[in-house]
Amino acid sequence: MKIELSVNGERKEADVWPGESLLFTLREKLGLPGSKNACEQGECGSCSVLLDEKLVCSCLVLTAQAQGHEIVTVEGIAEDDRLHRVQEAFVQTGAVQCGFCTPGLIVATVDLLAHRPEPSDDEIREALSGNLCRCTGYQKIFDAVRLAARA
Amino acid sequence: MEVFTPRSLAEALRLKAEQPSAVPIEGGTDVMVELNFDRARPEALLNLNEVAELRGWSRDNGLLRLGASLTYTEAMAAPLSEQLPALAEASRTVGSPQIRNRGTLGGNLGTASPAGDALPPLLVEAAEVELSSVRGVRTLALEDFLVGPKRNALEADELITAVLVQPSGARQTFMKVGPRNAMVIAVCSLAVSVDQERCELRAAYGSAGPVTGLVTAPLDEVDSFPERVAEAASPIDDVRGSARYRRHALRVLAERGLQRCLT
Amino acid sequence: MSTPATRRKLELGRVGESVKRVDAVPKVTGEFAYSSDLFAAGMLWGHTLRSPHAHARILSIDISEAVGLAGVHAVLTHDDVPGDKRYGLEFPDQPVLAFDRVRYFGEPVALVAAEHPEQARRAAAAIKVEYEPLELVVDPELAADQPAIHPQHWTQGHGYRDDPRPNVVRDMRIERGDPDARADVSVEGYYELGIQDQAFLGPESGLAVPDGEGGVDIYVATQWLHVDRDQVAPCLNLSREQVRIHLAGVGGAFGGREDLSMQLHAAMLALHTNRPVKMVYNREESFFGHVHRHPGRIWAEHRANRDGKLVCVRMRILLDGGAYASSSTAVTSNAASFAVGPYAIENALIESTCVYTNNPPCGAMRGFGAVQTCFAAEAQMDKLAAELGMDPVELRLRNALASGDELPTGQKITGSMPVEEVIRRAAAIPVPDPEELPRDPIRLPGGAGNTTRGDGVQRGVGFAVGFKNIGYSEGFDDYTAARVRLFADTDGDLVAEIYCAAAEVGQGVTNVILQTARTELELENVMLAPGTTGEVGSAGSASASRMTWMATGAVQAACRAVRDELDRRGGGLASGDEIDLERIYRHPRTGPLEPETGQITTERAHVSFAAAAMRVVVEVDVDLGLTRVVWIGTAQDVGTAVNPQAVYGQIEGGTAQGLGLALMEEIQTRDGLITNASFTDYLIPTALDMPPVVAELVEHPEPEAPFGVKGVGEPPTVVSTAAVMSAMRAATGRELNRVPVKPDDIVFSGS
Repeated sequence: MKIELSVNGERKEADVWPGESLLFTLREKLGLPGSKNACEQGECGSCSVLLDEKLVCSCLVLTAQAQGHEIVTVEGIAEDDRLHRVQEAFVQTGAVQCGFCTPGLIVATVDLLAHRPEPSDDEIREALSGNLCRCTGYQKIFDAVRLAARA
Repeated sequence: MEVFTPRSLAEALRLKAEQPSAVPIEGGTDVMVELNFDRARPEALLNLNEVAELRGWSRDNGLLRLGASLTYTEAMAAPLSEQLPALAEASRTVGSPQIRNRGTLGGNLGTASPAGDALPPLLVEAAEVELSSVRGVRTLALEDFLVGPKRNALEADELITAVLVQPSGARQTFMKVGPRNAMVIAVCSLAVSVDQERCELRAAYGSAGPVTGLVTAPLDEVDSFPERVAEAASPIDDVRGSARYRRHALRVLAERGLQRCLT
Repeated sequence: MSTPATRRKLELGRVGESVKRVDAVPKVTGEFAYSSDLFAAGMLWGHTLRSPHAHARILSIDISEAVGLAGVHAVLTHDDVPGDKRYGLEFPDQPVLAFDRVRYFGEPVALVAAEHPEQARRAAAAIKVEYEPLELVVDPELAADQPAIHPQHWTQGHGYRDDPRPNVVRDMRIERGDPDARADVSVEGYYELGIQDQAFLGPESGLAVPDGEGGVDIYVATQWLHVDRDQVAPCLNLSREQVRIHLAGVGGAFGGREDLSMQLHAAMLALHTNRPVKMVYNREESFFGHVHRHPGRIWAEHRANRDGKLVCVRMRILLDGGAYASSSTAVTSNAASFAVGPYAIENALIESTCVYTNNPPCGAMRGFGAVQTCFAAEAQMDKLAAELGMDPVELRLRNALASGDELPTGQKITGSMPVEEVIRRAAAIPVPDPEELPRDPIRLPGGAGNTTRGDGVQRGVGFAVGFKNIGYSEGFDDYTAARVRLFADTDGDLVAEIYCAAAEVGQGVTNVILQTARTELELENVMLAPGTTGEVGSAGSASASRMTWMATGAVQAACRAVRDELDRRGGGLASGDEIDLERIYRHPRTGPLEPETGQITTERAHVSFAAAAMRVVVEVDVDLGLTRVVWIGTAQDVGTAVNPQAVYGQIEGGTAQGLGLALMEEIQTRDGLITNASFTDYLIPTALDMPPVVAELVEHPEPEAPFGVKGVGEPPTVVSTAAVMSAMRAATGRELNRVPVKPDDIVFSGS
């Protein structure tokens, strides 16, 4: 079926299988593989995107459900050629190792700071508890969020 | 496979009547997993995201009407969280912010999993489920709606449109046991309320029987209530925990819940 | 080098500095291309049909319906394997596609290529396979008395102890001094570990592209490009040159990408269809797609004198290797070699056995072998301290291994071995005071579940020490190649391009290579070429904590060769000129262990060792058996930290994986069938499960290593399971001899 989506401020069209997830469509049909597929059941947060400014797992959104809504992916976070302060903080603090969880964490952190500009450590942990990271043990991710909040 | 996206409740009910096998999808937190892992290939999906009548909540003469599309995030927010505090606590235990932003009460009821986190607090509050079809609207007590593990009383042409609750005002709490400190399916869960006005103790357990179960007792039977809760459950051994542990945990949770609601 | 441009002070990037990852920017923007992100024009999707049985004979495979379905371009079975029908990391015991029989749940049986993954799934579902279930071998204690699941005894005749029993992968003994030596006190224990999964976040995936001349290019996330090639080529009936493996972005590895997954399958489909074929496992399939950490059963007895001096350790280790050998022989040996822990001991008897079963195949995972025995050995040390009435840290100090001491294998430690300092440093990190109540539930056991306000909560503090080998052992001819191409760019400035096939799996070896080259060449303008088998020799595996050491050695050697050549040419290069040299680095040679006694036959069986000590604070809700890890303090023997920020990252991440094994991670099976192949039921630590980690680096340069480096990835994982469990026992007063510890065990088990 033909679908029209608004992704990172651009109108996009795709021909999708009706049962397709937004994650698959973004990655395989629209050339936006930044959102990652790690579990496909909402347990890891690697596919996090903003759907009408709400943080969601794109693997759990049917592509057809996204029609007519605004989607922001990790590819739409940086402003022009400048990294977003959250991205910059992840680079600075060593919060990236294999990096597979990173796109989802970037989007989740941008969302967190939009709602809580100065989150407590507990708030950071709870807000990011749906984004699994297997490499870092989360310490440097917390550092990154705190750094971005101060920036 | 086809996807229908009705723009009104009337259209949604008409579509459901025309194609009863269409699977309703709201937040997708259950349906999409089935699709992604090739466990279900329904003929049609009925996307309810665009049906405005299902969204939000309202209050009429003290009766709360929670739309089927109400998300856990919305259930956690004041002032609704003050009306239904155990539901708000239960919502906080659901998955992650991502899941709470998408997952809905209607979806939790539709899936009717014994582990559904919204079900125990709603059961404790004697909630009713509003079911609609082109034939009309009916309401069922939640206990009557939940008929078995992942089975409910929905007719093929019906949609869940709302949950109706008269908030008791009773002290209440919700607790969920999982082997990790976030993002777990309940090994078992319990909502507890102490209704001083009606002189009643109420508890509803999750993941400890084929359906979410309600246990009630007079207020003066506080001492024996935890044991009654544990005995009422019919847990099984599975990949998440043993029957023995679940029964034990329900007893502990009931004691703690009563303590929270009585002090 | 004498050109002025290269003599100026380098701004950043030498060995020893915390340097930002070179791949961090593309990773935070989403531009970094992982193996699952690849695309090629005309690409098809590959899909694998897997066995629903743990052990069954294949009677027939009927693909006739599947081949006719829409969008399907190929359906392949074992009949279509062009070359060798079997492969394996160390022993060729694993079928490319199952023939005759399947030996584990999820074993690949057939392949499909189609235009959309949904078409591929439908076609796979249309393949009809007739199975006849066979007797299950699923209890490792019975396996050696059951019918062999492999007709050939693959691991025999490789210099291991001769054990003709069916299903024995390796059986070894280390016998030291008098194994019957008596002492004042003795403690015994039995310990068990479940199957841990690497649970890397990026499931197995890759793209195979036919080259139009019969060969194939495979872009894949792997740990060892060249050994992939060496396994793939014979099965495709191609020469090594016709199979080129290229490193695509790796979403974590932790040992789980050392064996082949989709490489051969995608290549078969690509060569058959003459189109690029992409394969991406989903999370469920990933649990079938790689080997796991060996589950183990360990019986231990520790004997010591009243003064705390260990006299004798006896241990019997049984590991379940699952259906195929993978690296089980090395795991068996590692478990035995480090069974005693980093303690000096004169008498020991360690027996270590690994068996084949129809359970999920096991192989390499971070800390392989040492994780299992450290858990048991450190529990024993706590038990011994209690029996002696001695402080557990003091007991460990009294027995701490040091340079010059001999291991139970007879190997004398010649390099750095600062166990005492590691213990003292970890023990000296101040432990935080208990927090006040009330608190938000997320700072209590049970976390977001809101299960306690403080009721039932008991605090415990635990301590553990662990160590393991750095690098490959027992005579393996291990080496890493690196190539440096130095040229003058159009401005006349010198530029170095490094070729090294070391797999960047997230650990940061790219930075290590660049830092080494910058330091050696005194040049800022250094690039690392993409990893491929086409341009440079083998780097060996990104495993066994070896990659930093080995890559550093190889890059250093190549840089020095280039520098010497540059000096020979007068110190400069004209625009367009270049120097291009490849060098191979080998660590000090190791030799095999004597098969009957486990004693060294040459100077050493292991290259080098690294230790870590850890203190852990937990709070346990003893009524519900739920846990919150409150705080972790650790000190680790790292040799020289090449990139300190990355070293801390390895320690924190490695600690989280050990914590996961202690508290929640287990692949569960029933009759060989995995019952929790999802992230819903295979749980790894979340942000609410990891406490703050205070880490200290103990830097004693390793004398025989380039820049004095050691590996840093594994020691935190080795020690953290043991340390968390020590704290759990302190909090609960219970024995807790099995990991992961379940709420059930805490509530119901005996003290």
